[in-house]
Amino acid sequence: MPTGKSNTLTKLIVVALGMFGFGFALVPFYYKICEVTGINSGDEQSLVKNTQVDTSRWVTIEFDANTNEGLPWQFKTMQRSIKVHPGQLVQVEYEAANNSDHAIVGQAVPSYGPARAGAFFRKIECFCFTPQKLAAGERRQMPVLFVLDPSMDKDLHTVTLSYTFFNTDPKAQTATLPEKVPHG
Amino acid sequence: MSDAAHAHDDHGHHAHPTGIMRWLTTTNHKDIGSLYLWFSLIMLFTAGSMALLIRSELFEPGMQLMHPDFFNQLTTMHGLIMIFGVIMPAFTGFANWQVPLMIGAPDMAFPRMNNWSFWLLPVAGIMLLGSFWLPGGAVAGGWTMYPPLFIQGGVSYDLTILAIHIMGLSSIMGSINIITTILNMRAPGLTLMKMPMFVWTWLITAYLLIATMPVLAGAVTMLLTDRNFGTHFFNAAGGGDPVMFQHIFWFFGHPEVYILILPAFGIISQIIPTFSRKPLFGYASMVYATASIAILSFTVWAHHMFAVGMPVAAQLFFMFSTMLIAVPTGVKVFNWVATMWKGSLTFETPMLFAIAFVCLFTIGGFSGLVLAMAPVDIQLQDTYYVVAHFHYVLVSGALFSIFAGIYYWLPKWTGHMYNETLGKTHFWLSVIGMNIVFFPMHFLGLAGMPRRIPDYALQFTEFNQIATVGAFIFGFSQLIFLVLVLKTIKGGAKASDQVWEGAQGLEWTVPSPAPYHTFETAPVVK
Repeated sequence: MPTGKSNTLTKLIVVALGMFGFGFALVPFYYKICEVTGINSGDEQSLVKNTQVDTSRWVTIEFDANTNEGLPWQFKTMQRSIKVHPGQLVQVEYEAANNSDHAIVGQAVPSYGPARAGAFFRKIECFCFTPQKLAAGERRQMPVLFVLDPSMDKDLHTVTLSYTFFNTDPKAQTATLPEKVPHG
Repeated sequence: MSDAAHAHDDHGHHAHPTGIMRWLTTTNHKDIGSLYLWFSLIMLFTAGSMALLIRSELFEPGMQLMHPDFFNQLTTMHGLIMIFGVIMPAFTGFANWQVPLMIGAPDMAFPRMNNWSFWLLPVAGIMLLGSFWLPGGAVAGGWTMYPPLFIQGGVSYDLTILAIHIMGLSSIMGSINIITTILNMRAPGLTLMKMPMFVWTWLITAYLLIATMPVLAGAVTMLLTDRNFGTHFFNAAGGGDPVMFQHIFWFFGHPEVYILILPAFGIISQIIPTFSRKPLFGYASMVYATASIAILSFTVWAHHMFAVGMPVAAQLFFMFSTMLIAVPTGVKVFNWVATMWKGSLTFETPMLFAIAFVCLFTIGGFSGLVLAMAPVDIQLQDTYYVVAHFHYVLVSGALFSIFAGIYYWLPKWTGHMYNETLGKTHFWLSVIGMNIVFFPMHFLGLAGMPRRIPDYALQFTEFNQIATVGAFIFGFSQLIFLVLVLKTIKGGAKASDQVWEGAQGLEWTVPSPAPYHTFETAPVVK
């Protein structure tokens, strides 16, 4: 009889320990079930799905970067072009480097091609919103965060976003900085 | 039976420790059974007093007696103690006393582990009750321990989690003992399908405990590490999911519901045949029904959480699987009724409690079916309808079966007959009081009164006042029970060995009171 008892005891202890482990195994199991069945997905629940994206068409955006003569900076775009749906949130990067031996404050001014496309750029964040001060030799990457308005004309398949950096010091300027900086 | 001879050497020929040491060191199944039952009775009065405080505050709308946070502590502790400190220990006490007597074994399989199983309980009880005096008071987040509340509370929340660990350990050890005893120590000739129903229900309950208690231990361990060690199982701020706790908790919690009621089915299945003077109707179907309920109980947990936002397919699955449990439960109820049919019935106190059990448990079962319907549950979730439902199954179900079992076996344990007049007075006051408390709660719930609130809207006043009056009748009539038990232990008419005319089974073949050591030589069952 003692062997029978200790045999049962061993089996039952194994079951109890196994069920303790099973309790923890329920955690990944739970997430897997939710993932497979699409229930309770954290991403979908926490972010409201953007119904403003027009997935029926693609628009190519080209990026361009220039500096005015009076500004000894190197200014370039980190990407030549991207394809997006109108309504989709887009983030791109530009890079500016001050090659001179002193700090300079610059201001970027956008322009659009064709010009009517400018009305459909909805910028949320842009380095062109404020003057940028670069120390001597400093190199900096700066973002532009925007949405192309889904109501954009259907015949616009390719648009260009171009920035030109001007020196804010009036003495250094060879061209006139516009009185009012367009924040468009 | 070398075990029996050994046990006899230990206890028979050496001096017993006396006083407190006798009880602290005892390995005798009858002593430990009594300890469990006394512990349960003390906790019944403790948690019952909390219920009376709750009902007093709810006698009128507005805040009269206590701070709302203390009210929340009372509802939480009332639930935790009634479940883990009253119902479960009482059934384990019955198992300790009766399982060896009913299967002809000299003691439990592991007597020393049995001692540990019991003595862990008072430790956990002190941790739970002591937390009332800690900064911030006892836990107030509800007995279901849902995060985020349970992740946010003070030090008593940690203490409660540890108390749950200890009680779980105690339950698991007790269950291992019961299963090993039943599987290995039955008298020769007592095959599984000849076992008394009480033994069967406890065998299945013990398996449920071993399968689910560790899951609860895992869930509260995750709460503990979320609280103290920077994990984020349930903390949404760290990417966790509080709803996952509900899934894990109810994976334990629903089988737990049947842990609280299957032994009750067993006790009732012993008592009704005795006082009907007929064998139990449909014994085999009773065994299979019990097993089906246990297996199905693992597939229904999410009916406790219809309101969390489940897909319709999941709601339908849990709704139908829940209703499926009504089938084996119905088999049991009909079998009890069929056992009484054309029996020569007498209505001693155990039988009265058993009949009340069948009627009132069925009401609780029906309100459970109402709640099982997902669209209805969305309305009734967290209202007094739920409170009414689970008190019908736990008070007039589990608790009444415990009273029935005590009245039934007390003469065997003490050697004295209890006072029948006192017993019947206790029964009638309890059954009337219980219905006055809990029946109006159905109406309150249907009218929309939420549970776990210390204050309520004016239109709920009358039914709440009725319930409070009933609670005091029900609560104070339990003092009669206490007096009756103490009187029966002290003296009373001598009980015969068989005690009840229609009683069948091995426990009625030993003298009354049952000697300290029984079945040292195994009886033979034909």
